[in-house]
Amino acid sequence: MNKNMKILIVDDFSTMRRIIKNLLRDLGFTNTQEADDGTTALPMLQSGSFDFLITDWNMPGMQGIDLLKAVRADDRLKGIPVLMVTAESKREQIVEAAQAGVNGYVVKPFTAGTLEEKINKIFERVAA
Amino acid sequence: MANSPEQGTDKLQLAKSLVDLLEAGNDQDAVSVIAELAGFRDSMLFQEVGRLKLELHDSINGFVMDARFADIAQNEMPNAAERLRYVIATTEQAANTTLGAVEESLPLADSLRSDARHLADQWAKFKSRQLTVEDFRDLSVELSDFLKVTQANTEALHERLSEVLLAQGYQDITGQVIRKVIDLVNDVEGKLVELVRLSGHRSKPAAETTGREKDISAQGPAVPGVDKGDVVHGQDDVDDLLSSLGF
Repeated sequence: MNKNMKILIVDDFSTMRRIIKNLLRDLGFTNTQEADDGTTALPMLQSGSFDFLITDWNMPGMQGIDLLKAVRADDRLKGIPVLMVTAESKREQIVEAAQAGVNGYVVKPFTAGTLEEKINKIFERVAA
Repeated sequence: MANSPEQGTDKLQLAKSLVDLLEAGNDQDAVSVIAELAGFRDSMLFQEVGRLKLELHDSINGFVMDARFADIAQNEMPNAAERLRYVIATTEQAANTTLGAVEESLPLADSLRSDARHLADQWAKFKSRQLTVEDFRDLSVELSDFLKVTQANTEALHERLSEVLLAQGYQDITGQVIRKVIDLVNDVEGKLVELVRLSGHRSKPAAETTGREKDISAQGPAVPGVDKGDVVHGQDDVDDLLSSLGF
């Protein structure tokens, strides 16, 4: 896995963005950027050559699920692995995210171990 | 308070007969005619009060039957209390995690500091050639022990600090829950304003409500005891569900 890959962290709570950023740095990923909702994230993705998207679901403006759908609908972005890190925990929501093409789903509150495991799994699969 | 034509004629006849009776000096009958005339006025008053009461009744009924209002009273208010209790529990848990990690970290840092101070003293003595060969042998063992302890302690410190970092996730979780309660408070405020307006001027019945959205949109964190629906419990449940979907 390329530790220098460019990662976009999308969450409306800056505390959560900081937490994820720090956890990623701990795992060796330092090339991260942040956005506070889908509306801000989408143009960044479109112009920024990101390798990985980590997004919350519940955000004002454009929600994470809509961002995921927009990414999958965009020819240049549809291949980006997407990890959802969210407090949304209804079964139908997880199914919805899976159908929309999410690569991993982590429910908050989560542990550093869970985040690492899901990221590893996603990139093992992408490499395979 | 318009009089019906019959009532007008009745009253006119009564008034004429009152004049006749008074002219004839028949006081007893005159008094009963006066009472009858007064009765007209009373019945008009009762009718109007009755009409007002009915209107007010309808308005209040319309307000209470407002689905959103019923939902607030029956579900959302009790839920809001439950959500706020969840906020207390979550913040308490985060505080305890943080305090625990700090309490475990401080002795680790203290022991590194005192060991380093001792070794610095010994090292200064060595440099000013105050150590015997025997002393130096001890110092070298101490140094190698210190390096091992430093490694272990800083690893443990890193672990505790990561715990503290993760514990701050409570701010996101509780923030989302509190936002929901704020929305409810705003809703209730709106309804109260409506109620005040309604009792002040009995004009417009309660505004029509829009049905609450029942789609896939975000619900915020599931609060135990409030969000009973089909909710997963922890990451293992999520993983099971996803693997059942072929992930």
